[in-house]
Formats: sequence, C-alpha cells, structure tokens
Amino acid sequence: MKNIPYLMLCLAAVIFFSACSSDRETPVAIGNEQQILHVGNGDEPSDIDPHITTGVPEFHIQQAVFEGLVSKDPKNLAIVPGVAERWEVSEDGRLYTFYLHPEAKWSNGDDLVAEDFVWSWQRALKPALGNQYAYSLFLIKNAEAFYTGDITDFSEVGVKALDKHLLQVELNSPTPYFLQLLDHHSLYPVHRPTIEKFGSIDARGTPWTRPENFVGNGPFTLKDWVPNQIISVKKNPEYWDAESIKLNEIHFHPVQQSSTEERMFRAGQLHILRQLPTGKIDVYRKEHPEVLRTFLNFATYFYRFNTTKPPLNDVRVRQALAYSIDRHQITEHVTKGGQIPAYALTPPSEFYTPSAKMPYDPEKAKALLAEAGYPNGEGFPKLTILYNTMDEHQKIALVIQQMWKQALNIDVTLENQDWKVFLASQRSMNYEISRASWLGDYYDPNTFLDLMITDGGNNETGWSNARYDELIQLAANASDPTERNRYFDEAESLLVDEVPILPIYTYSWNMAVATSVKEWHNNVMDYWSYKNVYLTSETK
Amino acid sequence: MFGFILKRVAQAIPVILIVITATFFMVRAAPGGPFDEERAVPPEVTKQLNARYNLDAPVWQQYSDYLLNLLRGDFGPSFKFPSRSVDEMIAAGFPITFELSMYAIIFALLIGVVAGVIASLRANTLQDYVPMSAAMVGICLPSFVLGPLLLLSFGIWLDWLPVSGWGYTPGDKILPSITLGSSYAAYIARITRGSMLEVLSQDYIRTARAKGLSTFRIVTVHALRGGITPVISFLGPAMAGLLAGSFVVETIFQIPGLGRFYVQAAFNRDYTMILGCTIFFAVLIIIFNLLSDIVLVWLNPRLRQDSVKRG
Repeated sequence: MKNIPYLMLCLAAVIFFSACSSDRETPVAIGNEQQILHVGNGDEPSDIDPHITTGVPEFHIQQAVFEGLVSKDPKNLAIVPGVAERWEVSEDGRLYTFYLHPEAKWSNGDDLVAEDFVWSWQRALKPALGNQYAYSLFLIKNAEAFYTGDITDFSEVGVKALDKHLLQVELNSPTPYFLQLLDHHSLYPVHRPTIEKFGSIDARGTPWTRPENFVGNGPFTLKDWVPNQIISVKKNPEYWDAESIKLNEIHFHPVQQSSTEERMFRAGQLHILRQLPTGKIDVYRKEHPEVLRTFLNFATYFYRFNTTKPPLNDVRVRQALAYSIDRHQITEHVTKGGQIPAYALTPPSEFYTPSAKMPYDPEKAKALLAEAGYPNGEGFPKLTILYNTMDEHQKIALVIQQMWKQALNIDVTLENQDWKVFLASQRSMNYEISRASWLGDYYDPNTFLDLMITDGGNNETGWSNARYDELIQLAANASDPTERNRYFDEAESLLVDEVPILPIYTYSWNMAVATSVKEWHNNVMDYWSYKNVYLTSETK
Repeated sequence: MFGFILKRVAQAIPVILIVITATFFMVRAAPGGPFDEERAVPPEVTKQLNARYNLDAPVWQQYSDYLLNLLRGDFGPSFKFPSRSVDEMIAAGFPITFELSMYAIIFALLIGVVAGVIASLRANTLQDYVPMSAAMVGICLPSFVLGPLLLLSFGIWLDWLPVSGWGYTPGDKILPSITLGSSYAAYIARITRGSMLEVLSQDYIRTARAKGLSTFRIVTVHALRGGITPVISFLGPAMAGLLAGSFVVETIFQIPGLGRFYVQAAFNRDYTMILGCTIFFAVLIIIFNLLSDIVLVWLNPRLRQDSVKRG
C-alpha cells in the first residue's frame, strides 16, 4: 500500500507523455504537401537591408527577396538574366548596357526601372549609411571618388539610366567578373519610396525591412520575422518570372549550433541542414548517403606568417616551415570532410589552376632551416600559432605543431583567442603565425590574389612585392583571358616562392538535403537559388 | 516593512551604478570592436560607423550620454541589429525567458519539495537514498548534457516531443523546462530534506503526532511551513540564476529568449546590447532577492520583529 503514490506518479507520467501524441506530422511532411521549405540558416540575421549587412545568413534571405541585374545558374554558376533580360559589353570591356525586363516589378506592383538602380547604387555609396561592402562598387567609374567625397555630384559616377529600361554602367577597367558581382547583395536594387518613407537616402537602421513595410523585387517577399526564431518568405506574385517559382514559402530557421540543427533535421523539422557537425559526417556517409551533399568550396584554409618579425622575416625559414607540412595527413586524418590539400592560395577551378606548388619535402625543409642559421632547429625561437577558439582549428594546429617538431625539431606553442580578439590581433599584426581563411567573393582568381597586394586591407602579413602588385594591376587591365591568367599564375608563383602565407587545404562543405527537395543544386560558391526548387511528398 | 523595502531599494542604487560603470568601461576595453569583420573594411567606413554610433566621442562623453539616455529608459540602438533597439529586443526576448524560468521553477519546486519531504520522512531508507542520489546526479549533470540526452530520448527515439522551437505546440515547452529546472529540483530536494529533518525532530511535531494527527496533516500543516523557509530564501537567487542562465537551454532548444541575445551580444561586441542586458538582469536579481526576503519575513514571525526594529 505504501507504494500507491509512486504508482500514481508513474501512471500520470505515462498519460501525460502519451497525450503528447507520437503520430505528429513533422514540419517537413507538412511542408512537402504545402510546398514550404524549411532551411537551417546559421546566425540570426542582423538585418536584410542589402546595403548594410555583411553575413552569409543574411545573404541567403536576400537571395530570396531581392534580385540583381543578373542571376546565376546554381548548377554551373553561369550568368543568367535577372532584372536585366539581356546586356551588351563594349569592345574595351568597360561599358555595359543592360536592357531591363519590361515586366520587372517590385513586390508592391510598382514598375522596376533603370532609375531604381541608379538611386540604389547611390545609396550604397553614401558614406553615412555605413555600408561595409561599399568598396564592391568601386570598380564603377568615379564611385570611389563619390564615396570619399572628392566629387559630390552623383551624375559623374559611371551609372546612368538612358531610358526607363536601359541602364548603362561604365567601369574603371575591363573587369571580367563584373557580371558576377551584380548578383552580390551590395548591388541589389532597393525600393526608393519605401526607404524614403522611413528616412533619408542614407538613414541607417530604419524599420523599412520589417515584414509589414518591406518591398523587394525577388522571387519571394518577406512574410514574417520573429528574431531568433524564424524568418519566413512567401512567393511574390509580382515577380517577372513568377511561373518558375514552385515553392509557396521558405522558412529560414536561425540555428547557431550545428548539433541542434542536426537534431532538427533528424526530427523532420528541416529540409536543409546547412552545416553537418564534423563528427557526424562519417555517420551520414554510412547511414544516410542519400541526403549527404559533400562539395568543394571556392575557399582556402591557410596560415599567415608575420613577415616583419624575425625569424619569419627570413624567406628560408618560411619555406622550411611550409615544406615540412604534409597536407594529406591533415585532410585524410584530421578534417576528414572531403577537403583537398591546397598548395597555392587560389583553389583550382575550370578556368584557372595555379601551376606553382608548395611541395612537401621535409629534407629540403631541414636544409633550408640550417641555411637560415638553425641547424636541426638549434637556437630557433619559440613561435606561437594563433587561432580563433574552435576545436577544428586546434586539432589542425596540434598536427602542424607535431609536423614541425618532427621535421625541423622546433617547438611552437598554441594560443587561442575569442573571434573578435583574434581579428584585432591579426589586424594589428600582433601575432607570429596565424590561422586564416578566405572565401571567394566571386568566382575568379582575383578575389584571392588581390588579398596579398602591398598594404591591402586583408594582407595582414607585412609582405610586399612590387612585381606582385604590378602583376595584379596588369591582370586588372588585361582583356584577353589567357593573358590575364598568365599574370595571375606568375603572381601565384611569387607567393609560393616567398611564402607569406601557408595554404593548407581547400574547403569543402557538408550539407544534408532531404530527398523530397528537388532541383536543389550545390556549387563551389555555396550559392543558393530557390527559383526552380520544389518538394515532393516522398519521405526522406 | 515599508521602511525595510525602502532601505533595500536605496542600497540597490549604488550597486546598479557600479554595474553600469564597470560594464560600460569593460566592454570598451575588450579587444576587437563591434564592426570588426574578417574582411577588412576601408578606414572611411569604420569612421562613418563610429560617428553614427557616437563611438568617436571621448569615452567620458559617451558615458555621460549613455547615462542620460538611460534615465529616459532608452538603452540605445543595437550595433549588430541596426534596425532594432535594445529596448525592443529585451521586450521581445524577456517574456519568453521569464515563461521558461517560471515553468522550470515550478517543476523544480514540485519535484524537489515532494522528493525532499518523502526522503526526510523515510530518512536512511531506500526511499531516502534513491531520490537523494538522483538529486546528486541532477546537480552534477549540466544542462548541456541533460538537454541533448532528453532530446535524443524523447524527441528522436521515442518521437513524443518536438526537438526545438517554442510556442509552436504545447509539447515543445516540456523538455526545456525540465532541463532548466532539474538541477534546481535537485538542490531544492536536498535543502527540503535537510530542513524537514530538523523540523520533524522539534517538540511541536512530537506534540502533533501525540495528538494523533495523520502524517499527511503533520507534514502539510505543521512541518512544511518551517521546513520550506530555506527553500524560499534559495528561490530568490535561483530565479535570478535561472533567468540569467537560460542561455544554454535556449541554444539547445532553439528558444528565442533573452539569454541567447545576451550571449550573442558579448561575442558580437554589441556594446549597447551587452549593457542593456546586464543592467536589466542586475535589476532583476536585486528584485528577486528582495522579494524572497519579503516572503521570508512574512513567513517567519521572528524575522518580522527584527525587520521592524531594524527598519
């Protein structure tokens, strides 16, 4: 009889839990029927104003609710029409004429015209707006001068509306990747009347991006936004190509932790798992290969050397450090997520593959170190590898520490810092060796090689080479692709010879996509396109 | 009583001022600014942004401007979320964190007090050892372990409850509340057991027993009133700890509460958001401590006399 309260408690628990019903329909199953796509989307978006944000999660939403002059085919990244239905390029490659789609409209039904682009780009270049990506417009004639205040009349900047549907853009130099940049959020058009309703052209942080106020021009438009919970977008019936949109809604879930995201995917709350936790990749490979998508990224993981600090100011020391890294060991046994060893800064691509290679040659490394005055590592000062706090970076640093000990008999220490502290240390050159990565902004070698020009904002190694700067400049003015690649290749060899940076691997991305999602294509730029995506009712 | 409250409120003001001042200067002293990104931006851009958010003014002026705005109840705009104000984000996130914490504390009280009472009645038997060992495990098991464990069992294997979200279905509030409340339940169980054992050995309990009252009546009417006092004084700090410490649970269960905003703000160097949340939580902690003191005084006549004398 004593046990009656316990039995009652157990009974209550059973009733309670079974009331929570086990045959709930998952959001994915409901979404499949109603064409609602659920996507894991990383951090909470800071905003969706395309001229203010800087992050990838924001861009994923902007790609749904805005559209640039051109768009990309997610299968092969080929340029396809966006707001512009066609365009012409002058022979010298500096003058572009865009013919806007006559049916192009804003989500409130207003016509989208050439003047909208002129006004939007003027806004993007207004200093008071605080656009951190303003420089991506600097390849337009006089854009930089307007930004810095050297000219104040925007009509002097190389962008003009010739008539309602005709837009002309004049560049500083022939820029083969200009069309690609048009798809970047900093060049998206914004709706003037909406923005002016809430403030001046350069008012930062007005509520125009709230769902109740928002007007965009993408295939979808903003429906709902609950911070840290969900951003949802719905089909935009005013979109010029509304027929090719099959989804009714996309729900972007801001999930910071990849382990949480993975559980949501398994429980049928997400169609798209943006980033599989490293530890789970093997499990998915074996048990759910049908949902796993592994693909290379146009991005490089590398180490920076502070070339102003001895002994790293000696090129032989840097070479010795570089030649003693066995990258295969790292990609096969540490990262294990489909990464490939990188022997140069620019990742290989179908249009350019660097010919120079930083070899793995521990014997040569030893000889170089001896030549630099440290035979068998004797007298070599203790250097520190700096990285931002994260398990993956620590593992790699540990392996590299081991490799240097084995090949060169030198000791290095490891130091981790919180992200913002790490950025500040790197920027102020307060480091010796530092972990780094670069994700291409556009699909062209220039996005990588431009990093290392003298005093470039992202150089951060103190390295400088006049010939290198000249080559990057020559490439910028070259209109022949073969000639341009030759300049890039020579520049790349300079990097490989002088080793201001130590490339380690080319990134790969591991995503999981439910099998009910059709026409979802992955590519090296991790560029998302929702236009033709649709859902079938089959289970995952 | 009124004098007592007034005195405590007066004591709180300098505490809050110290919190504001220390936080204000500490966030600015931390390396890395709110607008530092992996990609270096041209210096002109940084200059514009600093001007926009008053970061180019001398620090003492920023400080006095901040205090003046604070007097008007304005925590300022968030640096990370340009179109949102700190006030707005606290107003959006706090009710959720509060709701979660209330469920957690109710869960903790229900389980903790019942387990503690049972254990104290059957001291040094199996019915004491089992719940008390469970409590020990509960105290030791951090929420970032318990949360995923519960999720895997009830969310994925049994598929009874959703693994994330808040407010979509009533079921999605169960696991986070249990995760957040369990270690407090464990503490409460141990505290209850200890103080109940003490109370049960008192003379007036023996008298009650001698009068032939049932155990149930002795516990609920006579013993619990005294036995629960330490639990009440524990509740104030516990509630504050729950509110400020819900971050882990909010992250695991994907709950849009204030805890997540707060911790993200620190990583983002979102100065105004860090300050706003810190001040807000400081005030809350002071309020909850005060409330638990008031309840304590009200429950315990001896303290009431004291507070009248002191107050």
